Amino acid sequence: MAARLLFGGFLCLVLLAPQVASEFHVTLLNYIGLYAIVALGLVLLTGVGGLTSFGQAAFVGLGAYTTAYLSTAENLPPWLAAFGGSPWMGLLAGLLLTAAVAFVLGLLTLRLSGHYLPLGTIAWGISLYFLFGNLEFLGGHTGMSGIPALSVFGVELRDGRIYYYAIWAVLLVAVWLTRNLLDSREGRAIRALKGGVVMAEAMGVDTARSKVVIFLVAALFASISGWLYAHLQRFVNPTPFGLAIGIEYLFMAVVGGAAHVWGALIGAGLITILKQWLQDWLPKLLGASGNFEVIFFGVMMIFVLQRARDGLWPILTRLMPLRQVQRAVPQGAALPKKSIPAAGLVLLEAKNVVKRFGGLVANNNMNLTVKAGEVMALIGPNGAGKSTMFNCISGVDSATEGEVLFCGQAVTGLNSRQIARLGMSRTFQHVRLLPTMTVLENVAIGGHLRGSKGVLPAMLHLERAEEARLLAEAARQVERVGLKDSMFELAGSLALGQQRTLEIARALCADPCLLLLDEPAAGLRYMEKQALADLLRKLRGEGMGILLVEHDMDFVMGLADRVVVMEFGEKIAEGLPDQVQRDPAVLEAYLGGVD
Amino acid sequence: MDLQIALLLGQDGITNGAIYALLSLALVLVFAVTRVIFIPQGEFVAFGALTLASFQAGKTPGTLWLLIGAGVVVALIDLTLAVRAGTARKIPRIVGWNLLYPAAAAAAVFLLKPSEFPLLLQIVLALALVVPLGPMIYRLAFQPVAEASVLVLLIVSVAVHLALVGLGLLFFGAEGSRTPAFSEASFDLGQVRVTGQTLWVMGASLLLIVVLALFFERTIYGKALRATAMNRTGARLMGISTVMAGKLSFLLAALIGAFSGILIAPITTVYYDTGFLIGLKGFVGAIVGGLASYPIAAAGAVLVGLLEAFSSFWASAFKEVIVFTLIIPVLVWRSLTTRHVEEDE
Repeated sequence: MAARLLFGGFLCLVLLAPQVASEFHVTLLNYIGLYAIVALGLVLLTGVGGLTSFGQAAFVGLGAYTTAYLSTAENLPPWLAAFGGSPWMGLLAGLLLTAAVAFVLGLLTLRLSGHYLPLGTIAWGISLYFLFGNLEFLGGHTGMSGIPALSVFGVELRDGRIYYYAIWAVLLVAVWLTRNLLDSREGRAIRALKGGVVMAEAMGVDTARSKVVIFLVAALFASISGWLYAHLQRFVNPTPFGLAIGIEYLFMAVVGGAAHVWGALIGAGLITILKQWLQDWLPKLLGASGNFEVIFFGVMMIFVLQRARDGLWPILTRLMPLRQVQRAVPQGAALPKKSIPAAGLVLLEAKNVVKRFGGLVANNNMNLTVKAGEVMALIGPNGAGKSTMFNCISGVDSATEGEVLFCGQAVTGLNSRQIARLGMSRTFQHVRLLPTMTVLENVAIGGHLRGSKGVLPAMLHLERAEEARLLAEAARQVERVGLKDSMFELAGSLALGQQRTLEIARALCADPCLLLLDEPAAGLRYMEKQALADLLRKLRGEGMGILLVEHDMDFVMGLADRVVVMEFGEKIAEGLPDQVQRDPAVLEAYLGGVD
Repeated sequence: MDLQIALLLGQDGITNGAIYALLSLALVLVFAVTRVIFIPQGEFVAFGALTLASFQAGKTPGTLWLLIGAGVVVALIDLTLAVRAGTARKIPRIVGWNLLYPAAAAAAVFLLKPSEFPLLLQIVLALALVVPLGPMIYRLAFQPVAEASVLVLLIVSVAVHLALVGLGLLFFGAEGSRTPAFSEASFDLGQVRVTGQTLWVMGASLLLIVVLALFFERTIYGKALRATAMNRTGARLMGISTVMAGKLSFLLAALIGAFSGILIAPITTVYYDTGFLIGLKGFVGAIVGGLASYPIAAAGAVLVGLLEAFSSFWASAFKEVIVFTLIIPVLVWRSLTTRHVEEDE
C-alpha cells in the first residue's frame, strides 16, 4: 500500500515537473530520462544477469546515427529508400540494425566467461566510436545536423517541455517491461545467470539463450535512447557515444543499485546532476578548463564499490516502508503431467561408464540400473566417485567412455538441459540455490520446462495464466516437502537441511520420472529424516524411480530396494540391503580388513 | 607499397610492438597476482613521459603533488588502523614510505635543478616520482576489495583510470609533449634507415624482459609473486602476504608503464590521455595470451604493433577500428578453446 502511494506520488511529480521547472531543469530531466533508459538495460544485463558492458554508448550511437542518416540523407540507395524520410522508419531501422549488431556481438562474446566480456565491450565500444567518426557519409567527426523533429499525430515535438513527456513515457514503459520480464518464468531464468548457471542448466534452462536475450534487450533500450536523443538534439556527432560515456552509463547503474530497476533512475539522476554541477564548479575552482568531473566520479565509484557495493537503492528502500511480503499462496489449475512408466520398467541403465580427470580414474567400468518404482542407493566411502557418477548420468559432466541409457534412449554426450527435458531431475550435494530469491521462486525454476511462453509475452505480462499455474505447482511442491511456512522467505535464510529439502522440491517441480538425490539427508534432524523417508516412499509408490547417494546407513537401509557400493571408482557390491551389509568386501571398505 | 615502405612500417610496428609487449607483460603479471584487470596501466605511461618532459621544460611535474597527496592519505588510513590495532612497530615504515619518501622527492625536485640534470638522472627521478604511485593506488583502491569478484575489481580499475586521466589533465594540461631522443645516431641498414631511438626502445624492452625473467626465476620475491599467481590461498598459507604481493605487482606494473612512457616520448607526442589507447593495445596482446602466458602475450603485442603500422598505411582513419576489432576473433578463438560451463564468481 505504502509502495503504491509512493509510486503514485512519483508519477504525479513526473507529470507535473515540466509545468513548474525552469527551461534548464527540464533539459536536465530530459537527459536524466535518456540516460536512465540506457542504465535500465544495464540493470538487466549487469545487475541481474551479471554481464558487465562498458559499450552501451555504442548502441546508443547506432540508434542515433541510423535515424540521423535515414532522415537527412538526400539520395538513399534504393534498398534503403523505404526507410528514409521519417523518424519512425528511422526508429524501426535503428532497432533492426542494433538487434543485428548486438546479436552478432552477443554470439561472439557472450560465451566468454567472466572478464573477457567486459574487455570485449571496451574493444567494440572503441571500434564503433572511431567508425562513427571516420565514415564520410556519417559526417565524420563534425557530425550531422538538420535532423527533423519528431512529430506525433501531426504535432511537432520541438519544445523540450513537450519532448519531456515522450522521453519519460518511454522510460516508464521500459521500466514496466523490465519489471514484468523479471517477474516471470523467463525472468527467473535470467536471475539464475548470476551464480546459478549449472543449476539452471540442470533444470532445463538454456542459459546461453537467456544471456543473448538480456544483451539484446539492453542494446535495444540503448538504441531507443539514441533515437530519442537524435530527435531532441536534432544533431549528432561521435562524442556522446564514446567509451567514456559507456563507462558513465555503467557507473549510473552501479551507483543507483545495479540489481534494481529504480536504481537505474536514481543513478542516472545522481550522476547527471552531479556532472552538471561539477562541470560548472570544478574549472572555476581549479582555474583550468576540462572534464575534471571524472576525477570525482572515479573516486566516488571506488568509494561506492568499497562501502556500498549494492548501490543506493537498497539503502533508500531500507529507509522507506517498501517491504512488501507476499503472503497469498498462489492458486492455479494443475499443469499437465508426464505419463508414469509402469513399475519395474528399467528407467536408467549405465553401462561400463568410465570417467577420467587427467590421469585420475574417478569412475571405472561402473554399471547400474534404476527401475521405475524403486529406490536405488549408491553408497561408498568419501571420494569413491559417487558424485562424479551422478554428474555423468545427469549430463553436468560427460563420461569419458561407456554408455548411459535413459528410458531406452542413449543420453551419453547430451548436456544436462537435454537430459532434464527427458524427465530426469536432480539435487546437488553442495546446494545450488539462488539465495536472494524466495523459496517459491527457487522451486519454480524447477518447473521451467513445463512452461513455454517466451520473452515477449513475459514483458507484456500476457503469460499470467501459465505463470499462475507454474507458481501454484511450485507452491504444491513446497508444501509437499514440508516447507510451507517458509514459502516466501529468501532461500538464503534457510538452514542447510531445509535448503536440501528445497532442492528436492525444485527437482519435483520438473515432474520427473527419475529423481537423482545427492545426499538429501545430510544436515537434517531425525524427525526431518523421517519425513523425507516418508516422502520418498510415497514417490516410489507413485512409480517414480529414485537414485540416492547417501551416507546415513540407517536412512539408506530402511529405504532402499537395492544398493550399489562403490570404492575407488569401482563397484564392489550390489544387491539387497541385507546382502550388501553382510558382504565382506563392503565390510572391509567401511571398517578396514581383519587380519 | 614497395619493400622500402614495408621495411619502414615493419620497423615502426616492431618498435611500438615492443612497448605494447612490455605493457602486456605488466598486465598479465597484475592480473595473475591480484585478478585486477589493470586498465590504468596507460596512465602510468603518460605520467612517466610527461613527468620527464616537465623536468626538461623546467617545470614542477604535477605527479609530485599526486605522490605527496596519495602518501598523506595512505599514511592517515594506515596510521589510524595501526593505532587501533595497537601495532606500533608498523608506524616507522608507514611514515617512512608515505610521508618521508615523498618529502625527500619534493626536496630533490625543488632544491636541485632537475632541468640541468643529465638525461639518465632525469629519467631516474621521473621514475622515482611515478613508480611509488603504483603500490599507493593498490593500497587505496584495490586492497579494501581484494577478495571481490573480477568484475568488481574491473569496475574499480576503470574508476581509477578515470580519476587518473582527470588528474593528468589537471597536472599537465591538454597540450602534448615530446622529449628529445636518447640518441641522435642512425644507421643505414640496406635500404632502411634505423634510428637510434628505435634501437634504444628494442634494447631496453629486451633488457627489461630479461631482468623480469631473472626476477621471477631467481629471487625470493619473484617466486612469492609466482606462488600467489598460482594459488592465492596456498601462498597465504605458506606465509606469503597477499597484500605484499599485490603492492609488489603494482610497483612492477607502474615501473614498466612509466618506463615505457619514457621510451616512447621521443617517438610520439604524448598527451595526458594518450596512455589509455597505448595500454589497451597492450591489452589486446595480453588477451591473445589469455591473460596467463607471458611469451604469447608479448608475441601478440608485437603482432598488434605490426597490424597497427600496416593499417595506418592502407587505411589510416580506420587504424584504431582495425586494431580493436582484432580482439573479437581472438576472443572467439579463446571461447572455442575454453569449453566447460563455468560458474561465474
